[in-house]
Amino acid sequence: MLTFLAIIITAIFVNNIVFAQFLGICPFIGVSKNLDSAVGMGAAVTFVMAIATAVTWVLQHLLLEPLGLAYIQTILFILVIAVVVQMLEIVIRKISPALYASLGVFLPLITTNCAVLGVAIIVAQQSMDFVTSIVYAVATALGFLLALVIFAGIRTQLAMTDVPRPMRGVPIALIVAGMLAMAFMGFAGIKL
Amino acid sequence: MKPLSIIVNGIIRQNPTFVLILGMCPTLGTTSSALTGMSMGLATLFVLICSNTVISALKSVVPDAVRIPVFIVVIATFVTVLQMVMQAWLPGLYAALGIFIPLIVVNCILLGRAESFASKNGVLASALDGVGIGLGFTAALTIIGSVRELLGAGAVFGLRVYPDSYAPLVFVLAPGAFIALGFIIAAFNRLTNKA
Repeated sequence: MLTFLAIIITAIFVNNIVFAQFLGICPFIGVSKNLDSAVGMGAAVTFVMAIATAVTWVLQHLLLEPLGLAYIQTILFILVIAVVVQMLEIVIRKISPALYASLGVFLPLITTNCAVLGVAIIVAQQSMDFVTSIVYAVATALGFLLALVIFAGIRTQLAMTDVPRPMRGVPIALIVAGMLAMAFMGFAGIKL
Repeated sequence: MKPLSIIVNGIIRQNPTFVLILGMCPTLGTTSSALTGMSMGLATLFVLICSNTVISALKSVVPDAVRIPVFIVVIATFVTVLQMVMQAWLPGLYAALGIFIPLIVVNCILLGRAESFASKNGVLASALDGVGIGLGFTAALTIIGSVRELLGAGAVFGLRVYPDSYAPLVFVLAPGAFIALGFIIAAFNRLTNKA
């Protein structure tokens, strides 16, 4: 139990996927202009990351490793993620139109979110067991959600400030993200 | 378009990092030094030339409805080739770039060029577009890596400029990546008078 707590806190704060590992930056910059879409994107990523990690874990341990096919890992994982995203889209549309309305637009974007493939590969490289992998994937996604929500909050304020012309848009957003990353470095001292 | 103008277009007018703002993850994650940044750029250049060429050659055979999955498989294949080659001959560099090598698959630059250029133009033009965009990406990553290494470690490509005891380490760490890239894009905007 305590190890799970350590994994969760490390993945959300100490080793945050955006600020410490540089994964998922494109949606972090692109979908953080307002709070609602930030929460929607974060929730969609959490959903996909948990399922994609579960599926790729099973494939890695039951197919690739016994058959000695580890070298096709990259091709297989990206295809699995694309299929999972596509199926989720169909399932959510059937089961819950309300959920589809709020998450639907973000789903196609997630295939090329490198955080999803990144977590699947990290889990395989560190040979975590199944439960640990899922806990790690969900905690990492929650860290992504946290980063996205904080950043969206700041950007709505930033939209009203007078920024020098060449700095408008992405440059100032990156600099703000740098300051947030500095704040998150404060967690680096935590030993768990 | 003339061959030279396709290449120049990729390096300056449509620079993937500074103008199109694509492929941010490797741009931030691998530029803690000039050498790692340049290596990442060259690795992407290799995959981009190969994938652009093959996708352009296949464009009349692939049905429109399944083109995106086909593009992804082509890109993933060349990334796997790159992984095997680097593991065999450049294991040190492969370890240094780590997870960002397999993640070239989800670099939006590659899929973006496949969709917007290679699937509409001839094989030679697509290969040249790969060269141009790839060189633009390499140049951007080398510049960012040099700036961060100079500020954070007092050296460029490992050549000492000033003692590293004066250097603010934060530029080699995560926050410095965001801040340095923000200022470099702002400088690029100013110089090209885009803003």
